[in-house]
Amino acid sequence: MTAIAPPVAAARPARARPDRRRQGWVRRAPLLPALVFTIIVTQLPFLLTLWYSLQSWSLVRPGSEHFVGFSNYADVFKDSQFRTTAVNTVIMTVGTVLIAMVIGVGLALVLDRKFLGRGVVRTLLITPFLVMPVAGALLWKTTMFDPTFGIVNFLLRPFGIGHFNWVGSFPLGSVMIEMIWQWTPFMMLLVLAGLQSQPKDILEAASTDGARPLQIFRELTLPHLRRYIELGIVLGAVYVVNEFDAVYMMTQGGPGISSANLPFYIYQRAFLGFQVGQAAAMGVVVVVATIIIATFALRLIFTSFSGTEQAA
Amino acid sequence: MARGRDTGLTAARTPASPLSRRAFLAGASGGAALALAGCATGAKQLFSGGNSGTTITVAIVSNSQMQDAISLSHLFEQQHPGIHLSFVSLPENEARAKITADVSTKGGEFDVVMISNYETPMWAANGWLVNLQPYINATPGYDAGDFLPQLRATLSHKGDLYSVPFYGESSFLMYRKDLMAQAGIKMPARPTWTQVEKIAAQMHNAKKGRAGICLRGDPGWGENLAPMNTVINSFGGRWFTPAWQAQLTSPEVTRAVSTYVSVLQKYGEPGAPQAGFSECATLYGQGDAAMWYDATSAVSVIEDPQSSKVAGRNGYAWAPSQDGHPAGWLYTWSLAIPATSPHKQAAWDFVAWMTSKSYIRTVGSKLGWSHVPPGSRFSSYQIPQYKKLSAVYGPLTLQSINATNSAHPTVKPVPYTGVQFLDIPEFQDLGTTVSQQFSAAIAGQQSVGSALSQAQQYAQVVGDTYRNA
Amino acid sequence: MTSADMTTAEPGVGTAAPRRVAPRKKRGNSIPVGIVGWIVGIVFFFPVLWMVLTSFKTEAQAYTNTPSLIFSPTLSQYKTVFSSGIWPYVANSAFATIVSTILVLLLATPCAFALSLRPVRKTRDVLFFFISTKMLPVVAAIIPIYIAARDLHMLDNIFTLVILYTAMNLPIAVWMMRSFFLEVPGELLEAAEMDGAPLRRTVTEVILPVVAPGLAATALICCIFAWNEFFFAVNLTATQAATVPVFLVGFISSEGLYFAQLAAAATVATLPVILAGWVAQRQLVRGLSFGAIK
Repeated sequence: MTAIAPPVAAARPARARPDRRRQGWVRRAPLLPALVFTIIVTQLPFLLTLWYSLQSWSLVRPGSEHFVGFSNYADVFKDSQFRTTAVNTVIMTVGTVLIAMVIGVGLALVLDRKFLGRGVVRTLLITPFLVMPVAGALLWKTTMFDPTFGIVNFLLRPFGIGHFNWVGSFPLGSVMIEMIWQWTPFMMLLVLAGLQSQPKDILEAASTDGARPLQIFRELTLPHLRRYIELGIVLGAVYVVNEFDAVYMMTQGGPGISSANLPFYIYQRAFLGFQVGQAAAMGVVVVVATIIIATFALRLIFTSFSGTEQAA
Repeated sequence: MARGRDTGLTAARTPASPLSRRAFLAGASGGAALALAGCATGAKQLFSGGNSGTTITVAIVSNSQMQDAISLSHLFEQQHPGIHLSFVSLPENEARAKITADVSTKGGEFDVVMISNYETPMWAANGWLVNLQPYINATPGYDAGDFLPQLRATLSHKGDLYSVPFYGESSFLMYRKDLMAQAGIKMPARPTWTQVEKIAAQMHNAKKGRAGICLRGDPGWGENLAPMNTVINSFGGRWFTPAWQAQLTSPEVTRAVSTYVSVLQKYGEPGAPQAGFSECATLYGQGDAAMWYDATSAVSVIEDPQSSKVAGRNGYAWAPSQDGHPAGWLYTWSLAIPATSPHKQAAWDFVAWMTSKSYIRTVGSKLGWSHVPPGSRFSSYQIPQYKKLSAVYGPLTLQSINATNSAHPTVKPVPYTGVQFLDIPEFQDLGTTVSQQFSAAIAGQQSVGSALSQAQQYAQVVGDTYRNA
Repeated sequence: MTSADMTTAEPGVGTAAPRRVAPRKKRGNSIPVGIVGWIVGIVFFFPVLWMVLTSFKTEAQAYTNTPSLIFSPTLSQYKTVFSSGIWPYVANSAFATIVSTILVLLLATPCAFALSLRPVRKTRDVLFFFISTKMLPVVAAIIPIYIAARDLHMLDNIFTLVILYTAMNLPIAVWMMRSFFLEVPGELLEAAEMDGAPLRRTVTEVILPVVAPGLAATALICCIFAWNEFFFAVNLTATQAATVPVFLVGFISSEGLYFAQLAAAATVATLPVILAGWVAQRQLVRGLSFGAIK
């Protein structure tokens, strides 16, 4: 698999054992502060979450705290809203990341070509990524999507759309549009990095061989871009799956729970229901599911990687 | 190829002397430790400049009247040189989540919190709030008897006040007198929902972009559920029987919710499932709605010529009812002191200042009489300037608040108190979930029937915990 | 092959660089592509532009059914924003952003070093561990964090945010820094070591010059995420440590008209990062592309 670890060990087979162990610690030392810090700050709270998840504990009913074992987990699996929000989370993550990536690839192809004011256009395109998510969500909800005073309906008025209620009729879609708007620049920059690192001589050779642009794109550019696209998808998904600000600011999960994702739903259980035990159990389920999916997804995505590299 | 290079390099390299590496490390981690050690000294001095005296931290909801209080708070600090104020002002939902989390976990972040008549009785019973009665009794001229009796009742626990009202509100129907006159429609003083629906139908004009009526549709127990519950009450419905059997699929509740949803769908504002108080205020204030059923405190928005295009053109009627039952809600934003506050006297000094008679006069003279926090004190309505300004809506505001009965809100007996909410800790959660169902029904994503049967299930789960207790 | 290889891939890009120096004789300026680029660029930028325009309007001008592009601008919304005490929030945001970013760099740089130039065993697992902490939903941990902060008397304390932001940005910084370390030319390192130069000199004279731009890029990305963070800030701070996003949300008066005010507040809140991103665009691009673009 990775060729990194084995050679390290193989390089010094003759070393005595204690010395090697010392060497190992010396090597490890620089990474320990970061590792220890991360473990303390991110894993300890999670252990507490595990403990809370076994309690029935309502913050607003004093003295309600008692051990209940796994009954919170049973409730989570019986909770149809939890399932709905889980599906929403998947739709939101997959949809946002994929659409942002498709648009990102398109824009990267545009920016890879020379045209007047390319630097300015790139600056404009990067901007959404820099906007504070809370501010971005508020802007889209109000100045863009407001049924009466929003600019979107104004622009669509010639097409016979009056006071259409975007956020109400397409709550999930509206939130996703905002998130796609924020994440497309990120994807675009990654793909652009890939495009600009593409060896131009091969492209030119293909072009002189009479290959059509589309053919070149499909058979040379796309395989080359693959690792950048995958990196973008993984990193984008990591952030988008945890998205809270946009849902919270734009729809509060509504109407109904049609635009609620898991982070928002768990937040509601914790800070509206004040059901600490239940919220913790949901958190644990989500964490476990995320780790499983992430492990498989990462493996799946990157197994075929080396093969393609050789082909390219 | 990249990996190949990577491995090649690392395999060939031998480590440099451990000592110097350690030095490099120590530099890096030492810097980190130094910065972390800063935690001990605390950041507070960094930005507050090490003030001497007491700092009172106040958490309030960012409504316009509260913003006024913040802008005038320097006057309090002038009068009390030893006390510094610092405010957290957040929108209602965020403020409520934060304040509840802090008070219930005894986080001790706040010395004064703005809560409502929903929290006060429960939190007082839990021992989370300071009993204000001794402080009130020891403050000459505060005159708690001047607060409206319904507010006092709803903010008391065992006869003692645990929070004091900043403003109070009921609900009533606001309408455009000018438009009604043009159309030759006479608004009854005590309209029924049947009449309101008829008038909404006549006034609705989609082509002109004018809604017949504005009603809250957005989810939240303090959002669409507030007006919705007054409709449920006025139709003779209730949430629970005295034995905690949920009643949300009863014919009365079904009729009430169907009426609300169908009026809103047929003659309501665009974007209704997301529209709450501020959206309706904007629409109505811009002249895009003919009627609006909402809080009596809405007058401070729609009668303010600065922000409203319809100031002076409005009429007011009692909250629409059905079958003659009174329907207005009862709500008050009030100030309380968490039991964890180490500066109770200073906190009370501020609470007393912000809810005093003289504060109301100060607001009126400094910021304009339309800024007076309404519906808290009788005496406000005797101030000549405010009496004149509020001539159209003032008397009805007081009458509406006085007509409420939060101890017995419904026609049939119930095990809970509260008009537009149920005063139980689970209601924030239950109410929000139910209001989400209603919001989805308003959006047309599901029928009223299925929304109610969902709501019934949620309510029964809560009811069961009380039946078994 | 898993996560680790994503970034090990990047140095290949670096070595490919000389090849692409050859002038791109292909096509010159393309007018159709340019038109498409400009249109899409303006579409993406429009919400921000509209925010800035709206912030110079009165509320009445902001609430017109036919949005007006031409109007007499007013600064009154900005006056409101600045008179409502935004500065302590800005100071808190700046402090949390800068200090957490410094901490991130102090922790991530040696860590990335140990995962690249002198890789430890299980490098792949460590990298995967770091990125996996980013997948954990923070909401699942907020109540334990809240209660821990309460017990340590660190609620409403800016250092709580500093620590959390450091943990939040550390994984991504480790990944980025690692990819920059991998760009250090091996020959240089070997030469330095053969001369018997101490590590400190190797670091300052060989590694740092190559990695410095990457350091700047990583810092910029960390600053963006820290400045924009909302969830921890709103749940763990009150008055002393509240940051700009909290100010923005508190500013949304839940009653009354507010588009123009909101736009002004949002402009003030977002402007520092937008300007920083524009000015340091090269770093931003470099960081986001994990060093592939110089």
